[in-house]
Amino acid sequence: MYLRMLLRAARLRKMQAASALTGVMVAAAAATAMLNIYVDVETKLRKEFRNFGANVVVEAAEGKSFSPETMASIRSTVGARGLAVPFAYTVARTDKDQPIVVAGTDLELAKKLNPWWSVSAWPNASGQALVGVRAAATLDNQSAFRVAHDGHLLHLRSAGTLRTGAGEDSRVYISLEDFRSWTGLDPSVVEIAASGSREEINTLLHQLHETVPAAVVRPVRQVTEGEANIVGKTRSTLLSSAAFIVLTAALCVLATLMGWVFDRRRDFAIMKALGASDLLIALFVSGEAALVAMVGAGMGFVLGIGIAAWIGRVNFHAPVVPRLSLLAPVLGGAVGITLISSLLPLRLLRRIQPAMILRGE
Amino acid sequence: MFVRLVYESFRRQGRRKLLVTIAVTLGTAVATAMIGIATGIGDKISRELRTYGANLVVTPEEDSLDVEIGSVNLKPSSSGAYLDEAALPKIKGIFWSNNILSFTPELPVNVELGGDEITLVGTYFSKTLTYGTKEFRSGARTTFPWWKVNGDWPADDSGDVLVGERLGSRLALGPGSEITFDGQQHRVSGILSTGGAEDDQIVAPLGLAQALAGKPGAVRKIFVSAITKPEDAFALRNPDSLSPADRDRWYCSPYPQSIAYQLQEVIPHSHAQPIRQVEQNEGNVLSRIEGLMLLITIAALVTSALAVSSAMATAMFERRTEVGLMKALGAGRFSLSMIFIVESVLLACVGGVVGFAGGTLLAHLLGRAIFGSSIAVDPVLLPVVLAIAIGVTFGGSAVAIRRAVKYDPVLALRGEA
Repeated sequence: MYLRMLLRAARLRKMQAASALTGVMVAAAAATAMLNIYVDVETKLRKEFRNFGANVVVEAAEGKSFSPETMASIRSTVGARGLAVPFAYTVARTDKDQPIVVAGTDLELAKKLNPWWSVSAWPNASGQALVGVRAAATLDNQSAFRVAHDGHLLHLRSAGTLRTGAGEDSRVYISLEDFRSWTGLDPSVVEIAASGSREEINTLLHQLHETVPAAVVRPVRQVTEGEANIVGKTRSTLLSSAAFIVLTAALCVLATLMGWVFDRRRDFAIMKALGASDLLIALFVSGEAALVAMVGAGMGFVLGIGIAAWIGRVNFHAPVVPRLSLLAPVLGGAVGITLISSLLPLRLLRRIQPAMILRGE
Repeated sequence: MFVRLVYESFRRQGRRKLLVTIAVTLGTAVATAMIGIATGIGDKISRELRTYGANLVVTPEEDSLDVEIGSVNLKPSSSGAYLDEAALPKIKGIFWSNNILSFTPELPVNVELGGDEITLVGTYFSKTLTYGTKEFRSGARTTFPWWKVNGDWPADDSGDVLVGERLGSRLALGPGSEITFDGQQHRVSGILSTGGAEDDQIVAPLGLAQALAGKPGAVRKIFVSAITKPEDAFALRNPDSLSPADRDRWYCSPYPQSIAYQLQEVIPHSHAQPIRQVEQNEGNVLSRIEGLMLLITIAALVTSALAVSSAMATAMFERRTEVGLMKALGAGRFSLSMIFIVESVLLACVGGVVGFAGGTLLAHLLGRAIFGSSIAVDPVLLPVVLAIAIGVTFGGSAVAIRRAVKYDPVLALRGEA
C-alpha cells in the first residue's frame, strides 16, 4: 500500500517529481565533481611540481665519490618513487688553457630530470658532448675540441647546445662512461626527483641516510618549500569553492522540494481528514524524499564522476581518479537535505486545520 | 494600476517572496565570489610562486665562464667582467617596475680560511635603495625566502657575516663567534641554512666582498624576482623584428623576455635572461591552476543558475490560483505575464545587488584568509552579474509563468491545483 502510494504520487505529478529529481541530480553531480577534484588535486599538482627537477640531493663526503655499487643501492632505495641521476664534476682546461667545468652524467636520465633544459640536440654516441651556450661561445671549433684533465686529453664533438640561464650554461656535459674512462672519477652527487607528500619525502630521506651513512642527504628547500606553499593554498581555495557550490546546490534542492510538498497540501489535508495521523503523513513524505534522494544522488554521482574526469583530462591531461568512497557522503548528504526540505513544510502545515486547506485558504 | 498591483504583491506576499529573494541573493553572491576568485587567482598564485626565488638573472655582457662546482667557486676575481652596483636602483625605473618584487646582487670572492679556500659571497640582505623619490628595500631576504638564519641577519653596511650551516658546524662556529679569514677578523652574526651551495660558504655584505676582491662598486650577477606572464609563442619573438604596434604590445606584456629586455636597457653592458628552471615551471603551474579555477567557476555559475531558476519556478507555480482569479476578472494574457515578469526582474535586481555586495565581501575575506591579501571584484562586473541574475530569474520563471497564464481560471478558482 505504502509503495503503491509513493509510485502513484510520482506518476500523477510527473512534472514536479521530474523537477525535484533533476534538482537532486544536479546538486549531487556538482558535489561529487567538486569533492573528487579536491581529493585528487594534490596528486595532480605534485606531478606538475616534479618538473622543477631534483627535490632531494645526495652528496658524497668531501673528496669521496659513489662507486657503481653504491649508485645501484641508492637507485634501488629510491625505487619507483622517482628518478635518481648521478653527476660527476671536474675542472678541466681548454686548448687556450682556460678552466672549464666538465660534468659526466646519465644523459637520458638527466633529460627526464630537467625538462626545462633547452637543448638543441642531445648527444647519442661516445665522444659527443652537450655544451652550455656560454661554454660554446668560448670554444674556437665546436665540432672538434679538446679538454685536458691531469694530463689526459679528451677529444669531443659538440652534439648540441644547452641553455638554462644558470650554472649549466658554462659547463660541458658528457656521458658517464666517457667521463670515467677519461678521468677515472666516479659521480659525487646524485640528484633525485621524488614524488610524494612531505611525509613520504621525509621517509625517503631517512632511508637514503641509512643506505649511504657517510653521504650528506638533504632536501632542496627551494623546491620543497615552494611546492608545499602552492599546493596548500590551492587546496584551500578549492575547498572554499567546493563549499560554495555544494551550498548553492543544497539550496536548489531545498527550494524545489519545499515547493513540491507545499503544493500538495490539499492531498495531505485529505489524508488527515480520512484519519491519517501526523506521523503517518511524515513517514510518507520522508519515504518519498528518501527515494528521490537515492535515485537522484545515484545518477548525480555518476554524472559528477564523469564531469571530474572531463575536467582532469582537459586541464591536467590526466584522468582524475574516481573515488567511489565519495558515494556514501554524497548519498547521505542528499538524503539529509531532502528529508529536511520535505519535513520542514510539513511542520508548518501541521498547525493548520485540514478543513481550512480543503476550503482552499 | 499596474504599479499598484506589483507593489501590493510585494507587500502582501512578503514572506513568500523572501525565500526566492534569498535564493537569488545567495546564487548571485556565490557567482560573484567565484568570478572574483577565478580572475584574481592568477595574480595571487603568481605572487606565491615567487617563493621559488629569482626567475631572471643579469650577467655582464662580456663575461668569461663561471667555474663553479657546488659551493666552490674557482673563477679568479681578476678574470671576467663586472656590472656596476650604482646601476641597481635603476631597476625600479623600468616599465614593469611594479612587477619587480625584489632583486639581489652577487659577488663571489675566495678567501683563505684555516688553510682552505672558501668562497665568500657578497650580497644585499635587506638594503634600502633610492630611485628618484622612491625608497625601497631589496635583498636576499626577499629574493630567497627559503634562506633561514639562526641568529641575526647582518646589517648591509657592517662587517658582520653569515656562515653556512655545514661550514659552521665543521669550524664549530655559532651566532656571535669570531671568524678570521684573509687575516681579518669578523663577527658571525648568524648561521645560514639554505639547503643549497650557501651552506658551505660565507655570505657577507656586498661592501665587504668588494673590499676583499679589490673591486669597489662591482657586482658579478644580479638575481631578479619578478611577477611574469607565462611565455607563449609571441613572447619568444625578437622585438627588433616586430612591427611598431606589435613591438609595443610585446614590450607592454610582462613576459620574462620583455622584462629581461628592459633590465638590459637600464643596466649598462649587461645580458639578462630568464632562469629557466623557475620561469618555465612556474608558467606551467600557473596555467594549470588558472585552468582548474576557470572550469570550477563555470560549474559554480551553472549550479547557481539552476538553484535560482528552480526557486523561481517553484515560487511561480504556487500562485496559480492568484493567476486564475486575475484571469477570471478579465486580465489579458499579456498584462498578466508582464506583472510577473516585472516582479521577477525587480526581485533579481534587489537580490542581485545585495548578492554582488555579499559576493565581493566573500571574495575579499577568502583572499585574506588564504593568501593574506584581499581578492578584489571589479565593480565593472556589477552590470554583468545583474544582467545574468535577471536573465536567470526570468528564464526560471518564464516557463512557469507561461504555464500558469495558460491555466484554465475555472480550475484555479475551484481550488483544483
